[in-house]
Amino acid sequence: MSEPTQPSREYLAAPVLKIGALAWLKDNLFNSWYNSLLTVITLLGLWYLVPPFFKWAFVDSLWNSSAEACRDIDGACWSIIPNNIKFIILGFFPNGEEWRPLLAMFLLLALVVYSKERSRWNKYLGWFWVSGLIVMGTLMYGGIFGMTVVETAQWSGLPLTMMLSFFGMVAAYPLGVLLALGRRSKMPAIKTLCVVYIEMIRGVPLISLLFMSSIMFPLFLPDGMTIDKVLRAQVAIILFTAAYIAEVVRGGLQAMPRGQYEAADSLGLNYRQTMRLIILPQALKIVIPPTVGILLSAFKDTSLVVIIALYDVLKTTKVTLSNPKWTGYSTEAYIFLAVLYFICCYAMSSYSRRLEKELHTGY
Amino acid sequence: MTETQPKDASAPIIKIVAMHKWYGDFHVLSDINLEVQPKERIVICGPSGSGKSTLIRCINRLEEHQQGQIIVNGTELTNDIKNIEKVRAEVGMVFQHFNLFPHLSILENLTLGQIWVRKTPKKQAEETAMMYLEKVKIAEQALKFPGQLSGGQQQRVAIARSLCMAPEVMLFDEPTSALDPEMIKEVLDVMIDLAEEGMTMLVVTHEMGFAKSVADRVMFMDEGQIVEQNNPHDFFDNPQHERTKLFLSQIL
Ligand SMILES: Nc1ncnc2c1ncn2[C@@H]1O[C@H](COP(=O)(O)OP(=O)(O)OP(=O)(O)O)[C@@H](O)[C@H]1O
Ligand SMILES: [Mg+2]
Repeated sequence: MSEPTQPSREYLAAPVLKIGALAWLKDNLFNSWYNSLLTVITLLGLWYLVPPFFKWAFVDSLWNSSAEACRDIDGACWSIIPNNIKFIILGFFPNGEEWRPLLAMFLLLALVVYSKERSRWNKYLGWFWVSGLIVMGTLMYGGIFGMTVVETAQWSGLPLTMMLSFFGMVAAYPLGVLLALGRRSKMPAIKTLCVVYIEMIRGVPLISLLFMSSIMFPLFLPDGMTIDKVLRAQVAIILFTAAYIAEVVRGGLQAMPRGQYEAADSLGLNYRQTMRLIILPQALKIVIPPTVGILLSAFKDTSLVVIIALYDVLKTTKVTLSNPKWTGYSTEAYIFLAVLYFICCYAMSSYSRRLEKELHTGY
Repeated sequence: MTETQPKDASAPIIKIVAMHKWYGDFHVLSDINLEVQPKERIVICGPSGSGKSTLIRCINRLEEHQQGQIIVNGTELTNDIKNIEKVRAEVGMVFQHFNLFPHLSILENLTLGQIWVRKTPKKQAEETAMMYLEKVKIAEQALKFPGQLSGGQQQRVAIARSLCMAPEVMLFDEPTSALDPEMIKEVLDVMIDLAEEGMTMLVVTHEMGFAKSVADRVMFMDEGQIVEQNNPHDFFDNPQHERTKLFLSQIL
C-alpha cells in the first residue's frame, strides 16, 4: 500500500490541567501579591473566629439538659431547643392534637416533593394542591371526624409559617402570570386594571397591607360578618407577592422575540395556545432567577405577620425566649431558626438551578 | 359562520382586490391586485423596503390591511378571529430567521400545530412529522433541539413544520437570505421538490436562478406597488419598466 497522500496535520492533546493542591493554591489564592495579601488576612480572620466559635458551639456546649445545668457552662446551651421544641414548632396548638399539624406539614412536604418532577405538571397537579389545601385546613381546623375544633387563632409556629408561605407562593405565581398577561393585553380596561393593581401594591410595604387586612378591612364588612384573620393575612401575602411576580414575568414576556408569536400565529394557534405552549414556557424559564428571588423573600417576609399578632415560628421562638428560665439563650435559638430558614431557602434555590438546567435546550 | 364559497378548479386560491395598507401614516402598499391560481409558483422581487414582506404577511394576516379585499381559499380576511385562524391553518409560512420554537424538540415543533390546531392524535401527528422530516432529509435529527442544528437544517425543519399542516399555499419570506452560501442550495432543493409536487407557492427571494427555473410568474414590486409581472422568460429578457430594468441590472 502507498503512503497516505493527504497532507497530514498535527493533532495536539488537550492541555493537561494542573492538578495537585499546591498548584491549586498557587493559581487561586496566591497568584498576585494583592490576592496573597487578601488570603493571609482572611486566614488570620478565620483563625481568630473559627476556633472560639467551634469551642462555644461544640466543645463547651450542652445539648440536652435542664436550664439550670446551662447556668454553669461557658458554651452554647442548645438545650433550649429540645426543651421547647413543641412550642417553637407547634405554638398554641392544643395538647394531644399534635399529630394534626404534624400530619398537615407532612402532607404539604409530600405535595412539594411530588410537584418537583416536571412530568407531573399538568392540570391534575392544580387540583392536588386545591384538595391538599382543603385536607390540611380540615386537619388543622377539625370539627369533623371527631376532631375537636381548633380556632385559627391557635394556629401557630412552623405549620403557620409553612402554610402562609407555600400557599402564598403557589397561589401568587399563577396570579402574577395572569397579571403580567393582563398588563400586556390589547384591551384597555384589562390593561389599566392590571397596571393600577400592580403599581398600587408595589407602592406600599407588606406591613401596611397586613395592617389593612387585619384592621381596616373588617371595618368595611357588614355587621356580624367576619373573615378569618389567618385567611386575611394569607390573601394579603398572595396579593403582595403576585404584583412582584407579575413585573418579573412581564420582563420575560418582553424578552420574547416577535418571530415566536408570528410562527405560532402562522400555524393557526389561538392566543391561549400561543401563550401556553410557546410564549410562557420560554418567558417563565428566562425569569427563573428573579422569580426565585421574589419567592425567597416572600417566604421570609411571612415572619412579618407577627405585627398582626399571628404566632409564626419566629414569634413562638421569641415567646420561648421571654420565659425567664431561657432568657439568656437567644443566640442559640436564633441560630436554630436561621438554620431552619436556610434549609428551606437553600432547597428552593438549588431546585431552581436544577430546573434551569433541565429546561436548557441549547439556545 | 364563515362565508365559504364553492371551490371550483379554476377559482383563484388567493384573490387580492384593490388592497391598501398603511403603517400609521405611511402608505406602504398601494392598490394591490393579485390572483393566484392553485399550483401556481410566484416569485416576488424588488428593492429593500418595497413592501414584499408586508404583502405576503397580509395574506395570513400577520399584518392587517386597511382597505380592499383579501380572499384566501374562499375565506375573506376580516377582523373575525375565527376566519383568520382558519386561513392561517391553511397557509404555511417560512420566515427568514426560521422562527423554530427553541424549547421544543424538532419532532415537537412539527407535531404542535397538528395536535392543537388540527386535533390530530399524537401518534398520527408524529408519523406525519417523520414523513416530512424524511422528505427534507433530516429525520435523524428529530429528537434534537433547534439550537443544535445548522441554519440550513433549521430552515428545512421550518419548511417541514409548515408542510405538516397540509397547507393549500406556502409563503416564503426570503427563506435563504440568512444562510451561508453552502446551505442555500439544500434549502432551495427542498423548495424545488415542493414546486414540482404542485404546491402553490409565493416566494420573496433574491435567488434569481430559482425564479428562472421554478417560477410561473415573477412579480416586481417597488414603493408598495406591483410594477410589473410576467413569466420568467419575458421578465428577465424583456423587462418593460425602467425601474425593473434598473433593478435587474443591479441584481444580475
Ligand atoms: N411594523 C412596521 N411599522 C412601520 N413601518 C414598517 C413596519 N414594517 C415595515 N415597515 C416599513 O414598510 C416598508 C416595507 O417593508 P417590508 O418589510 O415589507 O419591505 P421588504 O420589501 O420586505 O424589504 P426587505 O427586502 O428589506 O425585506 C419599509 O419602508 C419599512 O420600513
Ligand atoms: Mg422583507
